[in-house]
Amino acid sequence: MGRILAIAIWIITVASLWMFLSHRWWFPEAISEHGPRVDRQFVITIIVCGIAFAAAQIGLGWAVWKYRDSANKQRATYSHGNNRLEVIWTVVTAVVFIGLGVMGQRVWASLHLHAAPAGSYQIEVTAQQFAWNVRYPGKDNLFGKTDVQYIDDATNPVGLTDSDPNGKDDVVGPTLVVPENRPVEIVLKSKDVTHSFWVPQLRFKQDLVPGMAIHVHFTANKVGKYELACAELCGMNHFKMKSYMLVLPQKDFDELTQLAPAQFQTKKNQLLDSYQLPQY
Amino acid sequence: MAEAATHGEVHRHPAPTGFIRKYIFSIDHKVIGIQYILLALTAVIIGMIMSVLMRINLSWPGTHIKILETLFPQGAPGGVMSAEFYLSLVTMHGTMMVFFVLTTAPQGGFGNYFLPIQIGADDMAFPVLNMLSFWVTFVGFLVLCLAIFAEGNATIGGWFTSLGQAWAGGSGTVGPIGGWTGYPPLSALGKIAGPGQGAGVNLWIISIAIFCVGSLLGALNFITTLLNMRTRGMSLMRMPLTCWAWFTTAILALLSFPVLLGGGILLLLDRLAGTSFFIPGGLYVSGAAVPSHTGGSPLLWQHLFWFFGHPEVYIAILPGMGATSHILSTFARKPIFGYRAMVFAIFAIGMLGFFVWGHHMFISGMSPYSAVAFSVLTLSIGVPSAIKTFNWLGTLWGAKIRFTTPMLFAIGFVSLFVAGGITGLVLGQTSLDFFFHDTYFVTAHFHLVMGVASIFGMFAATYFWFPKMFGRMMHEGLGKLHFWITFLGVYAIFVPFHAMGMLGMPRRYSNFGEYEFLKNSHGLVLFVTVAAIITVTAQILFYFNFIWSAVKGKKAPNDNPWEATTLEWTIPSPPPHDNFAGIMPTVYHGPYEFSVPGAPKDFIMQTEPEGAVVEAGLGDTSGNGGNGHKH
Repeated sequence: MGRILAIAIWIITVASLWMFLSHRWWFPEAISEHGPRVDRQFVITIIVCGIAFAAAQIGLGWAVWKYRDSANKQRATYSHGNNRLEVIWTVVTAVVFIGLGVMGQRVWASLHLHAAPAGSYQIEVTAQQFAWNVRYPGKDNLFGKTDVQYIDDATNPVGLTDSDPNGKDDVVGPTLVVPENRPVEIVLKSKDVTHSFWVPQLRFKQDLVPGMAIHVHFTANKVGKYELACAELCGMNHFKMKSYMLVLPQKDFDELTQLAPAQFQTKKNQLLDSYQLPQY
Repeated sequence: MAEAATHGEVHRHPAPTGFIRKYIFSIDHKVIGIQYILLALTAVIIGMIMSVLMRINLSWPGTHIKILETLFPQGAPGGVMSAEFYLSLVTMHGTMMVFFVLTTAPQGGFGNYFLPIQIGADDMAFPVLNMLSFWVTFVGFLVLCLAIFAEGNATIGGWFTSLGQAWAGGSGTVGPIGGWTGYPPLSALGKIAGPGQGAGVNLWIISIAIFCVGSLLGALNFITTLLNMRTRGMSLMRMPLTCWAWFTTAILALLSFPVLLGGGILLLLDRLAGTSFFIPGGLYVSGAAVPSHTGGSPLLWQHLFWFFGHPEVYIAILPGMGATSHILSTFARKPIFGYRAMVFAIFAIGMLGFFVWGHHMFISGMSPYSAVAFSVLTLSIGVPSAIKTFNWLGTLWGAKIRFTTPMLFAIGFVSLFVAGGITGLVLGQTSLDFFFHDTYFVTAHFHLVMGVASIFGMFAATYFWFPKMFGRMMHEGLGKLHFWITFLGVYAIFVPFHAMGMLGMPRRYSNFGEYEFLKNSHGLVLFVTVAAIITVTAQILFYFNFIWSAVKGKKAPNDNPWEATTLEWTIPSPPPHDNFAGIMPTVYHGPYEFSVPGAPKDFIMQTEPEGAVVEAGLGDTSGNGGNGHKH
């Protein structure tokens, strides 16, 4: 039984490692400035995990192979342990794990512990049960005031007030359009329940919490069309709360954002149709 | 009275005679322990059926299931699950498993049965409280079952609807659809937030609140019993590691359940009394503004919930660690490697477990600075976990392993604990949560470590202590078959979850067909479904073995069939009502004196008098690693 169990444990170990090493199931291509740094940190971490996992499983398999009853007619070794070994493996794991933990803050810190860089383009995203409302400030680069009493899901989903002139050129639609290689600052809000902004290629996820306006920033660096999904359970149609993120060359983006609302929508829809999703 | 109890001259309550006092409202810790185990064995069937239904929906959406049509005509019209029906399965699967399986069997079940015996006590410190803790928990279970039908069945839902708007039932789900974490405002807003948000949520909260009370009563009892009722010679450092695990678990339960209870009450008030603890102002839900609430914080709930929720994962797994240590040492015929390190590691895991809840909330909108602190603390909890793993391997090194079924499951526990625990290094890093938060990578991690590793601990415990509990052995052949299918099965289910996580697959989706980036997951999803159906079906072997062996199994050859050392193996199987027949044992040795050089047998019972050992020419075996009491 010991030998069969050892072999089973080793096969499981190899299969699990193969699943990662084969790269058959891997991240979609990163399209943000910080994305490759997230991927690199993951690779470092998964190597440490893989070594620890393999060492523990191989050791476990070795022990049940070698020390099975039939192979060893004598009594087991009488030992209550070894304090030196305890100290060694405690110190080694502490250094490796906590070191990894400290390294694992770097990308986070670069995005979340710093304000958005000067010159970031401002966008507001308001989630609601099962739709995304992306608001652009329009030509004036200023957002108009909103109020819940003006909300109408069909005509005014974020509740732009009539009185604020800054809101006249605000554009609201389901698609998130961002410029290539220019930082964007996004204000995340929710009208009803908690949602989560999730674009896998962007390596970015952030909850949108009702009652809060959460400021985040990132820089996309690859032109294209990507899927935007909700990653926090928000109700029955959570699985299809879908939209798109469009990363445009700066020139196209600047042209688009100078347009009046109606033309903006038409142009954006044309652009959305002209780009293909990545091949998976 | 405590004096008399400790020294056991008089048992404080006579053996009951009537059926009801003996088996139903029993105050005997052993009967209560079995009641908890039976409750878990019932709840886990419901939880497993729900998981199979979820897999069927994910792999073959639109499947017609006749029984669903009969039971839930609204939620599964024509026997086909709706999206909201799927989400209610997600919620109830999690709630059933976490509360009524992983918290009941390991602690209330095996802890209740064996903690008093292993420390040489005749019962728990507060037997009536013990009975109450089970029955309170049982009421919580019934209320949760009622939640299934209050939402799923129009007739039963109708009874609740008459209680008022917030109690509307019969929406066609099998409970709330907000997941076991029940994040508000979704869980707090009521019907306007969608189906499954009426009577089902109220009953779900009430069930959990009742469960918290039951667990608190149990925790008080465990702590008092362990501190006050150890028999002569049973110093803390001579306790089996199982007792250390149950003790630490009880402390965690004592400190964490009250917080969930408080949170649950606030959530219920938000729903029923119009308060706004978790609901902010200015909401606009389902086409209408919500002027009735203002000033609440959705994040407050998350903090309260995870302040409980993270210790809860240790509540689930620590007893499994204890059982594994105990069983590994017994069948390795070797003392546990580094007993003291094991005790410190259990305590360190338990205590650190209170400082890491924020790692569930990195992307919640919480301060990114506190996320950094939570993240580094989280990674440091890997250190005591690694210490335990090293010590288990050290215990097996140079052993003479007997591959009984309990030993196979204990080895399986170590393997699964490593496999599941190691990805904590990934998920504990803020930077990596940008990608992995709420993906199947998380689902893989916690199912392996708090789900199946804990369950493997409990399978090991069941096969190990069955002869003591029932005087009969479980069938070894069936047990081994059960082990092999389950061990390979759970890996086949949960390892591919990591691959789904790598693709970015979000949790709690009832269908993956909407997204191009998930289109490569078809094969994985199907593979997991097939593995899950096989593994769940194989559990019939366990149930059959359990019931058949209890009635017809081979009689245990003696009181100590595994040649183990601890106190439960010194008394008859099953033990008499007062455990030690009024003669309290005296303990002379540490709990894991196996293969002591020069001793006549390869194990020394904890009760074997010191003199006999000295005559046999032995060294000091009174403690662990030479640190025990000298006489």
